[in-house]
Amino acid sequence: MSKTTQKVDEVVIRFAGDSGDGMQLTGGRFTETTAIVGNDLSTLPDFPAEIRAPAGSLAGVSAFQIKFSSKDIHTPGDEPDILVAMNPAALKVHQKEIRPGGTIICNANAFSAKNLKLAGYESNPLEDGTLDDYYTLYSIEMGKIVGLACEDMGLPSKTIDRTKNFFALGLLFWIYDRPRQSTKDWLKVKFGKRPELVESNIRALDAGYNYGETTEIFTTRYTVDKASLPPGTYRNVVGNYALSLGLAAAAEKSGLELFYGGYPITPASDILHALASWKHLGIKTFQAEDEIAGVASAIGAAFAGNLGITATSGPGVALKGEALGLAIIAELPLVIINVQRGGPSTGLPTKTEQSDLLQAMYGRNGEAPMPVIASATPGDCFYVAYEACRIAVKYMTPVMILTDGYLANGSEPWQVPELDKLKPFDVKFADKEQLADGQFLPYLRRKDTLARPWGIPGTEGLEHRIGGIEKEDVTGNVSYDPDNHHHMVETRAKKVDTIAQEFGPTDIFGDVSGDLLILSWGGTKGSCLSATESLQADGKKVSHVHLRWVHPFPNDLGEILIKFKNILIPEINFGQLIKMIRAEYLVDAKGLNQVRGKPISSSDIQQAAKDLIG
Amino acid sequence: MSETAVKTYTRADFSSDQSVRWCPGCGDYAVLAQTQKVFPDLGVAKENFVFISGIGCSSRFPYYMDTFGFHTIHGRATAIASGVKLSNPDLSVWVVTGDGDGLSIGGNHTIHLLRRNLDINVMLFNNRIYGLTKGQYSPTSEAGKVTKSTPFGSLDRPFNPSTLAMGANSTFVARTIDKETKHMQEMIKRAYGHKGTSFLEIYQNCNIFNDGAFAPLTDKGTKSDKVLRLENGQPMIFGVERTKGIRLDGNTPVVVDIGDKWSLDDVLVHDESDYVIASLLSNLTYQHDFPDPIGVIYAIDAPTYEDLMVDQINAAIEMKGAESVQKMLNAGDTWVVE
Repeated sequence: MSKTTQKVDEVVIRFAGDSGDGMQLTGGRFTETTAIVGNDLSTLPDFPAEIRAPAGSLAGVSAFQIKFSSKDIHTPGDEPDILVAMNPAALKVHQKEIRPGGTIICNANAFSAKNLKLAGYESNPLEDGTLDDYYTLYSIEMGKIVGLACEDMGLPSKTIDRTKNFFALGLLFWIYDRPRQSTKDWLKVKFGKRPELVESNIRALDAGYNYGETTEIFTTRYTVDKASLPPGTYRNVVGNYALSLGLAAAAEKSGLELFYGGYPITPASDILHALASWKHLGIKTFQAEDEIAGVASAIGAAFAGNLGITATSGPGVALKGEALGLAIIAELPLVIINVQRGGPSTGLPTKTEQSDLLQAMYGRNGEAPMPVIASATPGDCFYVAYEACRIAVKYMTPVMILTDGYLANGSEPWQVPELDKLKPFDVKFADKEQLADGQFLPYLRRKDTLARPWGIPGTEGLEHRIGGIEKEDVTGNVSYDPDNHHHMVETRAKKVDTIAQEFGPTDIFGDVSGDLLILSWGGTKGSCLSATESLQADGKKVSHVHLRWVHPFPNDLGEILIKFKNILIPEINFGQLIKMIRAEYLVDAKGLNQVRGKPISSSDIQQAAKDLIG
Repeated sequence: MSETAVKTYTRADFSSDQSVRWCPGCGDYAVLAQTQKVFPDLGVAKENFVFISGIGCSSRFPYYMDTFGFHTIHGRATAIASGVKLSNPDLSVWVVTGDGDGLSIGGNHTIHLLRRNLDINVMLFNNRIYGLTKGQYSPTSEAGKVTKSTPFGSLDRPFNPSTLAMGANSTFVARTIDKETKHMQEMIKRAYGHKGTSFLEIYQNCNIFNDGAFAPLTDKGTKSDKVLRLENGQPMIFGVERTKGIRLDGNTPVVVDIGDKWSLDDVLVHDESDYVIASLLSNLTYQHDFPDPIGVIYAIDAPTYEDLMVDQINAAIEMKGAESVQKMLNAGDTWVVE
């Protein structure tokens, strides 16, 4: 029969299944292929904290969402157009979020009485008609078809059944007209030592593709044109990986050796994994006995002249708090990465949240100011990491990077950076030239940055002592003098404020004045930008400003804020940046606050904006 | 470590310009003095010494040494020192800590440093009391200790630093006493000479909050009976006339009189590399019928963490070649937008 092809601008697909169904992998392959095809894309993995929750249970559902488009997009999409549900639990958890009129593709073989019961269905939704009024439903016996496809291979039926995710992938490749070859190549590398698995998965992939091609069920294919991205070489990149590359780039550009001390924690561990695999870059990774030892070893490394890095998530930052104070008073360069997740306590380890901003700002004893920079997109993690390292060394201060679970695991097409085009990152350790009357003065500051010299062990003539006790300025000797303490507290704060001299004028998306300014930080940038675009298209006088550095604020921020009648600050927390903005600028900003473990949708922001300005 | 063309130093070269602020009569003075005496003989360029400490009376130590020093936070000195050593394995890294700092709040970091075997020298000042916080009991205080925080006696059973170190897979465990200055010098040299983490426990008298804690081990009249001086390959004998010995009765150590019933041949001979003997010796502390062993309890050769780390890095560079990050940025599935 003839098949029609329809061109669409953008598509949102969600793959959902049991933890053991390989949904992250399926999503990952679809993403890589979509990137190669040249669409702009944005992804949102969403998986449970349990490694293997009971099979078929609601708790065990793992999902991966991708939005891809022929246009420049900023978010992984609000409501999926297509849900691929590999079992009843996946359907149950995700069905309510599908766009009305959307499509559901299910693996009918998983809809057994047992699985239906586990998911809480009283009757089979594939058969009882409950879905038909709202969605286009495709119920396909994926398990049975891959069984037939691999029948002659002599493999255990369990092994064959595990290929059904590649059937689903193949079908989606057909529907959206994507090539299979890169996935086949990838399978050959992935299962290189198990040729039977390469073969069975390729057969499943082809079976899915051919199912779309030959059966009469699917009548329409969709094409999504290439996005018009700026010229250059692109790759798809995940946030944690981009961040790790940024750290490595900082080490190479500065000539510093990179020392990473850390303790495994979701969702930050992939940074440790990436860096640990790059031994050939001379990178040292140290899996410490706990979070405190992770940061402590990085502080020791900074004292000894390495680029000291630690990464963690909120609970880890809580544990590292005292040590961060030490890095602040010792004025050592250090980069701390907080890949935020839902809190408090263990909270929602695999879900995203922006609720550690105030912890980053104030979560230490004493007056302990620390610069805070936040990534806006997965690819931006690279530049943020590089910039944090550069500022830490230039100003001799710890710097906190905030990313979040969504940025860390999400991905986007990424123009490959060129190291030569990054800002220069020169480092000069103190040496004998800087001795004053034969004495090294560890707190003799530069006038432009207030940075103290970095005099490292092993340098002749520079023997000196520093520590966590308040020090006399210039000499660094222990001092309990009241005026000196006041001076030092003031100086440390001033030094951090001085970093704002590094920022250019703040970018304003839209007019410099108007009815509403949407102000964002971190991973909500995409949703805020999308919402602003839509509102502007509706003729609203709305602009958007995104803060890359949350501390210090840009010097021109106050002047920007007062030119708008309303300010809206969407955050995945209960109002943190808004407190800082209101306190600093005395403006009546309004918040849009949701903590549901996922990004705030662009449509919710648009609604909040309309509620404010009509 | 480069030992070529190292300058000749004197004790004064290792004294900083800061006035020492320990209480008069504190055992810490003796440790500082012996360290400053020994350091000129170690053949290390002064700028390569680094002292890292945590919090406590002993942790003020770095301020008084004219070397690189970092007085950090409570309990974390061993972790910070690990970062220092891994950043620059050429440095001679020393940790000064105490029974509170190193065994209580920092106990976790101590055991993990010991098992990893970085070439770091740990000097643990054990005075069996919290000095800086003014006299609470510590994890090494004897059970029933009456202090400000335990007016009815402490309920804690103490542990024994050297037993802990053995349990943590240490490669070097030794003990000395603040008043045994010559012995201490020897132990500092042995600790320095050991390639790997050396754990040197120093019995140190806090004359303000726990005066006389080690008096039986240092008083002229009793010390011969209460101290067992370990020497590698030598029988474990002690006493004024050197007529008492440690004998193994099955697996149980007993004190015997050398003479009629037992001869020198029946006495246990120390072997620093013998894990069983070392474990047994480390356990003699707090047992009133036994003398406290001092000297090197255990010393074995094992690869250091930093050497293994450097080997891994070199092997990776050899295999993959030293690479620019640019190449990694360009790697993977890429496409060109014209």
